[in-house]
Amino acid sequence: MNIVLFKIAILLTFVLFLLPRKHQYYFGLALHLAIIAITSIWIFNVLALSSTLTLPFIPFLGNTLSIIIDPLSAFFMLVINFTVLTGIIYAKGYLQPYYNKKSKAEMGWHFFNFLWLHISMLLVVIVRDGIAFLMIWEVMSLSSFFLVIFETEKKETIKIGINYLIQMHVGIVFLMVAFIVAFVQTNAEFSFDGLSVYFASHNPFWLFILFFVGFGIKAGFIPLHSWLPHAHPAAPSHVSGVMSGVMIKMGIYGILRVLLYIPHDLFNIGLFILIVSLATGLIGISLAIVQKDSKKILAYSSIENIGIIGTGIGLGVIGIAQNLPALAVLGFGGGILHILNHALFKSLLFYSVGSVYKQTHTRNIEQLGGLIKKMPKTALFFLLGVLAISGLPPFNGFISEFLIYSGIFKSLHAASLYTDIVLMCSFVGLAIIGGLAVFCFTKMFSVMFLGTARSSKVEHAAEVGTPMLIPDFLIGFLIIIIGFIPVIFMRLSASVVVLFSADLSAFQQIIPTLNHISLSSGIFIIIVGLVWLLRAWQQKQHIVKQNATWGCGYSGANPALHQYTAASYADNFVQLSSKIVNVKKSFKDFDEAEIFPQNREFITRSSDVFEDNLITRPGNKLLAWLEKIAIFQTGKIQHYLLYALVFLALIFLLTFFNLI
Amino acid sequence: MVSLVLILISSLFFVGIIVKVKAKIAARRMPPILQPVYDAIRLFKKGAVYSRTTSVVFKIAPLIYFASALVATLFVPIGSFGAFLSFEGDFVFFAYLMGLGKFMMIVSAMDTGSGFEGMGANRESLYSMLVEPAFFILMGSVALFTNNISFHDLFLNFNVDTNLSYIIGIASIYVLVFITMVENSRMPVDDPKTHLELTMVHEVMVLDNSGFDLALIHVASWLKFSIFGALISNFIIQSSWAVHWQIAAFFGIQVAFSFAVGVLEAFRARNKMEKNPQWILMLSAISVVIFLTVLIITQKIILN
Repeated sequence: MNIVLFKIAILLTFVLFLLPRKHQYYFGLALHLAIIAITSIWIFNVLALSSTLTLPFIPFLGNTLSIIIDPLSAFFMLVINFTVLTGIIYAKGYLQPYYNKKSKAEMGWHFFNFLWLHISMLLVVIVRDGIAFLMIWEVMSLSSFFLVIFETEKKETIKIGINYLIQMHVGIVFLMVAFIVAFVQTNAEFSFDGLSVYFASHNPFWLFILFFVGFGIKAGFIPLHSWLPHAHPAAPSHVSGVMSGVMIKMGIYGILRVLLYIPHDLFNIGLFILIVSLATGLIGISLAIVQKDSKKILAYSSIENIGIIGTGIGLGVIGIAQNLPALAVLGFGGGILHILNHALFKSLLFYSVGSVYKQTHTRNIEQLGGLIKKMPKTALFFLLGVLAISGLPPFNGFISEFLIYSGIFKSLHAASLYTDIVLMCSFVGLAIIGGLAVFCFTKMFSVMFLGTARSSKVEHAAEVGTPMLIPDFLIGFLIIIIGFIPVIFMRLSASVVVLFSADLSAFQQIIPTLNHISLSSGIFIIIVGLVWLLRAWQQKQHIVKQNATWGCGYSGANPALHQYTAASYADNFVQLSSKIVNVKKSFKDFDEAEIFPQNREFITRSSDVFEDNLITRPGNKLLAWLEKIAIFQTGKIQHYLLYALVFLALIFLLTFFNLI
Repeated sequence: MVSLVLILISSLFFVGIIVKVKAKIAARRMPPILQPVYDAIRLFKKGAVYSRTTSVVFKIAPLIYFASALVATLFVPIGSFGAFLSFEGDFVFFAYLMGLGKFMMIVSAMDTGSGFEGMGANRESLYSMLVEPAFFILMGSVALFTNNISFHDLFLNFNVDTNLSYIIGIASIYVLVFITMVENSRMPVDDPKTHLELTMVHEVMVLDNSGFDLALIHVASWLKFSIFGALISNFIIQSSWAVHWQIAAFFGIQVAFSFAVGVLEAFRARNKMEKNPQWILMLSAISVVIFLTVLIITQKIILN
């Protein structure tokens, strides 16, 4: 019954093009809601019973394609549904200015792709057949590509879109090769389930690496991340929220799914994931610090969070390999909970940044400042988001990081020397990532929202309308709930973790700890509240004045110019990590004879070392080489006939000598 | 509960002793030991001046900073006196809670829109980021050594099995003393008595705080001193000692620690600002040495 409704909903997406412009949004919203309602029933059944649901879907290549929903799929479906829901609600307000510019077909195409992104992500996590999976993976890439290039009138956007599309196809080639290798070597079925046959009898490492690269391009593991910092800023904010919140997690899903079929030799795989993830986290957040484009900061921070998720997963795998149940359970548990957490706060941050962009028409944080007075609600939600993403208590980001930490610390004693050193490196890495995240987001929040306005763009900003704030309320509520009462979300995480490690006793042990955390957070909030009341009472009896900020007794300065900027805030960090962040400054020095200096310019820019060396430079070399080859394209028909003749002669010769 | 009360009491005179020692060494007249308390009380009785640039963030930050220090106090045990709150991994919560307080102070400094305060905020965020690994490696080493992951159990089992724990104890105390100095923005990372805004770290961040808020910030910094002093004392106090000896030892160590801080501040000049990151990273390096020592003691690294 449900499956029929699901199919009808999918078919109905095509109706979008027939509708008049003002109904398209509501029709799309209705379809999203319908899909969410249908799938939520499945999710609920699977998670409540911790069972697996198998439903016949469509006839496919002579067989019936089934959708198989296990707790892992259900968990991801939950995250997808929630984030897409907030995204589509947010889209209404965000797309308002575009209604006049875009034609009916363009808007229809946009909503159509948003729907298909939703559908394809859902199908990615529930389809096991190899060919069908790759096709849906492709649909997901294509629909997100069309969403990214929404502002087609900008040339830059198209370029970024093509870049994204190419990288996604490189990714899918790796996946295809991986599936084919497994298929050819075992002759088992061409599907995820067929992998178990391969992994049972072969060394899993190299095939896993193939899958990891394929999925890692989607997830944004460094050095496979270079599409992310371009695609997110180019896309409209509701799209970047959904892409960053859940779509990149499809890569994580793929890695988790493949891991499920690997029964042995897990240590090296875990170590590999861990090293890549820690590097991803550290480099991602370092690069985030030096960015000026608000969406680029968030994109790099997504890379960092993928690193944290990967660290959890890597530690979990090592835990299984080394028979450390606490590490396995809490590593996986933390990593999986962080998937949900990151989806929440990252989409919140993208929506807030989108609102700021809508009001100020700039993404350059150096031109912002003082927005908390113009957009107080957005600012407070943004503050909530940055506190959560920095992993600070009492919010949700802390909980997932705490789980990973406690997994590490609990296992230190039982682990071997080698594992101990690995564990030490991971908690040091996590601590540094946490510290850098604080550095990054104090900078981002304060430069955007605090102090005084740095340019006239802020003047006309006003709070966005309520529809654009609804998603913030929904997400903010969950961030606080997970932070304060994490225990109820542990069940959710546990039902997935049990697929990887059957021994859940570590989960049982962590529950009283989490209750203590709730208690401590409660005490903390109560103390803050009490002191607030005390201060309110005290200040009622004394004079409270407003005055200018202390400027060493000099009040003639231009407050906008004398503030700390994003570049100056990042400067001392840049000096420490110049090799990674690669910041270039260009300015003209003052002459000695220059008594009355002219206006000066100071430009800093940073480039991504990995992108430069892995994509741009080889790409340019290849291009230069291809241009040399282009001398063959003379435009004369005689030459082309000659090429054909040479080709035929070559074939003849090769056949003659039995070479082909 | 006892440890909470003890820490609160010791926090009252901690900074007073530092000031007294510094005055004595500089041959000035010594202020009374409770002078900082009198100052705070005076501030609590005053009104406040808020900058017109500031927002609600500036108003809430001192409260969160104070509350984070106070709640952090709840986790710290002393000898055999349990902490008010104790659970597995509480030191992670402890560190991150302090991080929350710092986060809010940093953004509140940026909220004033002052270049000076921005500078201080920026330095503070860099230093606290750099010092974090040292604390975690230290706690990780002790956790590995005792196979416990809450402050209370960790210290309870620290000196039980082997006397080799003293090696770790001494090194840990060294690291903790300097973590305290970084956390509280004291010498050699920052000079609280400097008179130039450009060279301050913490003091410049609170330039615009006044009255009740400033008093809260001062109290929070006493608490922080006292908390770290208590952590240090735990490396020395053994739970097998008689109760009154433990209390006496606790106060003795707090006095000695504050005395040491006073002497250190009187005789040492502040590091060059650009040398600070290296100096702070040195603490992490020492912590790694502690970790390796623990690996040897627990016979994971087998030497022959």
